[in-house]
Amino acid sequence: MLNVALPPAPANPATGGGPDRNSPKLAVRNLNFYYGKFHAIKNINVEIRPNTVTAFIGPSGCGKSTLLRVFNRIYDMYPGQRAEGEVLLDGENILDPQSFLKLRSKVGMVFQKPTPFPMSIYENIAFGIRLYEKLSRSEMDDRVRQALIGAGLWHEVEGKLNQSALRLSGGQQQRLCIARALAIKPEILLLDEPCSALDPISTAKIEELMYLSKENCTLIIVTHNMQQAARASEFTAFMLNGELIEISETTQMFTKPSDKRTEDYITGRFG
Amino acid sequence: MMDTRTHFHKALDHLKTRLIELGNKAEDAIEFAVQGYLSRDTAACSRVLAMESEIDLAERHIDQLALDILATQQPLAVDLRFITACMKINSDLERVGDHAAAIARRGLTETRLPAIELPIDLSRIAARSAGMIQQALNAFITQDLEMANAVLKTDDLRGRIDDQTWIALVGRMHQAPETLEQLLDALIVVRDLSRVADHATNIAEDVILWVSGMDVRHTAGRIPAAGE
Repeated sequence: MLNVALPPAPANPATGGGPDRNSPKLAVRNLNFYYGKFHAIKNINVEIRPNTVTAFIGPSGCGKSTLLRVFNRIYDMYPGQRAEGEVLLDGENILDPQSFLKLRSKVGMVFQKPTPFPMSIYENIAFGIRLYEKLSRSEMDDRVRQALIGAGLWHEVEGKLNQSALRLSGGQQQRLCIARALAIKPEILLLDEPCSALDPISTAKIEELMYLSKENCTLIIVTHNMQQAARASEFTAFMLNGELIEISETTQMFTKPSDKRTEDYITGRFG
Repeated sequence: MMDTRTHFHKALDHLKTRLIELGNKAEDAIEFAVQGYLSRDTAACSRVLAMESEIDLAERHIDQLALDILATQQPLAVDLRFITACMKINSDLERVGDHAAAIARRGLTETRLPAIELPIDLSRIAARSAGMIQQALNAFITQDLEMANAVLKTDDLRGRIDDQTWIALVGRMHQAPETLEQLLDALIVVRDLSRVADHATNIAEDVILWVSGMDVRHTAGRIPAAGE
């Protein structure tokens, strides 16, 4: 069994640290995942600290996006896909039968391609909130505004809230999707290659948004871009062939990784 | 193992080659400088001064190469440690060149003073410093941690020898004050050679950090604890 030790939490200037920062927000125990007969995730054990950004890196097909899909049980929508083991969110196994709505309110997700709803900018934010809360119009207005301010979008869209979200640029659409996910105050936000289609300025804005969001949320990002992992995360995990090879503080991972396979991958000496 | 970054790794090899060339030049400069000083060979001393300019030029070239790689290739892990080591070793070698030039300049002015017999074996001190540089560079070339550690051990012995040298020179100054100028020159040359040995130690420490990821600076050879 592969056991990966939980590294100590670094000081977090965003939160100022706290006594519970060393207990995991998400604890993965003996996790295996199958696409039919294909064993995609192999006995993974890992812990994610609260109010941090953790990046998962690894070559295509290593299982990092699959792992993200397990964290909010998207796989449950597809027949033949199954997970074994435990994924404990504050000690509660999210793989146990439970309401998807409840799980999704706790675990939000942002995808590689921006997925705004075909409705107005305002409604994109309000739609999710309405699923979980009953707010007055003025309360909703305020909540939408706060979400857009939080995403750094407010000044770009305040005069056109009723305009279709599909008319925004790719970077704006992605930030709207993050704002939409954060508006329902999730405990965990999963980001699957959120910047792969964006220009450097939009990418920088999203990385800044991630940095600010971890004050209230735990973020897990899957990225092929190692520089992004290095810039945006406090912890980095390296996966290979469905196994978790190593997780450590990001600075350690990119200057002195402990596993030769990690070093080979991040230095490009790996096919 | 498949190399997916051939261009990048060629650039690293190129950087290493240039640094080894600089190291050889710095090593030669020290040897010529001491030889020129001891034998009052003005041609050798002048040659060292010309070499110093070449060393300075090479230092700038190597720094630019390293900066270019950092800017364009975003190296990580062992490659990142390699480039930072190269930049620091580059600076150390340039300083070795400066010390060689200082000894050579002293050699040129020494010719106007009467020759005296020194109470110390300057050739031996010079050989020790040059040997440390050579060993540190060999450790860099072969990525040999044992060799790099040997440089650090040699450095441990150096303090005692330097003290003896100091005592011998100052003692002779009291006995033969008419040779004060030559003795002071010798003292300064010894000091230059001591700094050369310091640079060799720095190079060895950089090699250890590059190859093993271990920072052994200011630890007196002790392996530092995690996070230290």
